[in-house]
Amino acid sequence: MFDRFLQWLESTPPAIAISESSWLFPGIESVHVLAIALVVGSITMVDLRLLDINLRERPVGELIAEVLPWTWTSFAVALLSGALLFSSNATKYWGTVPFRAKMLLLTLAGLNMLAYHATIHRSVDLWGSRAPTPRAAKISGGLSLGLWIGVVTLGRWIGFV
Amino acid sequence: MLDDFIHWLGATPVSQLIQKVFWIIPTVQAVHILAISVVLSSMAMFDLRLLGLAGKRSSIASLSRRFMPWLWGALIVLAASGSILIVGEPKRALGNLSFLLKMCMLAAAIIVTLGFQAVLKRDLEGGSADLAPAHGILAKITGLLSLTLWVGIAVAGRLIAYTG
Repeated sequence: MFDRFLQWLESTPPAIAISESSWLFPGIESVHVLAIALVVGSITMVDLRLLDINLRERPVGELIAEVLPWTWTSFAVALLSGALLFSSNATKYWGTVPFRAKMLLLTLAGLNMLAYHATIHRSVDLWGSRAPTPRAAKISGGLSLGLWIGVVTLGRWIGFV
Repeated sequence: MLDDFIHWLGATPVSQLIQKVFWIIPTVQAVHILAISVVLSSMAMFDLRLLGLAGKRSSIASLSRRFMPWLWGALIVLAASGSILIVGEPKRALGNLSFLLKMCMLAAAIIVTLGFQAVLKRDLEGGSADLAPAHGILAKITGLLSLTLWVGIAVAGRLIAYTG
């Protein structure tokens, strides 16, 4: 069932165009790398703040409100460009370990972010301007940093299998 | 001559080691990309501020103090990881048009950054609270140039894998 979906994906016009063109894949891949750089860089700023390492003079809530729109915009670009790259050779990518592991870590990073926003972040006005940050915030920031480093590493690894 | 150097470098024990151990190149490339994300994000924030498009609550001087250490720190990591990649695959990078273009843009980006930092420093030492208002146009040109160059550097870097 899923195999058929992957085959259908590969047969869509954009997927065919990408796999037949000599410059579309490198072009979209460049966009993908740029978008990921902004996603990871902006998230790292927040993570380091949650870990109490950087930007201590900025209230956490304010920093997150300022950075998050950039993160989401870049993420949308990364997702779209990534989906296009994936479609060009869907069956092959799906069959590789680094791709599956990357998707798993990406999901975990998303869940970690959801958990943070559903719990600790609700009281950010109470602790966001005070040092040190609560232990739960540190754990959340550390997890996020580790997961995203894993996502980038595995992403690069996809090109080697 | 370049071919001789590439051949010699590829035959060195260090290069042989990097070529033989399968995980070194992907791992170092991952480190390289992580450092690029630090550079691109820091410079995007700083350049957009120079262009007046974001972060206007903070002064140019304070953002400069915040982001420049990250830029230089990440560039050291990039130079180190990039060197390992070149030693491991000298033929892939040296003599590659994208690589050459990337290095030219990198040199230009560093010159633009150092030049702007020198102007900012002189303004601050001259008693100005931030970049002197007279240098507003310079800030915009710097922001645009810098942003374009850093994006170009990242793109050219990825294209090394595809060009010869």
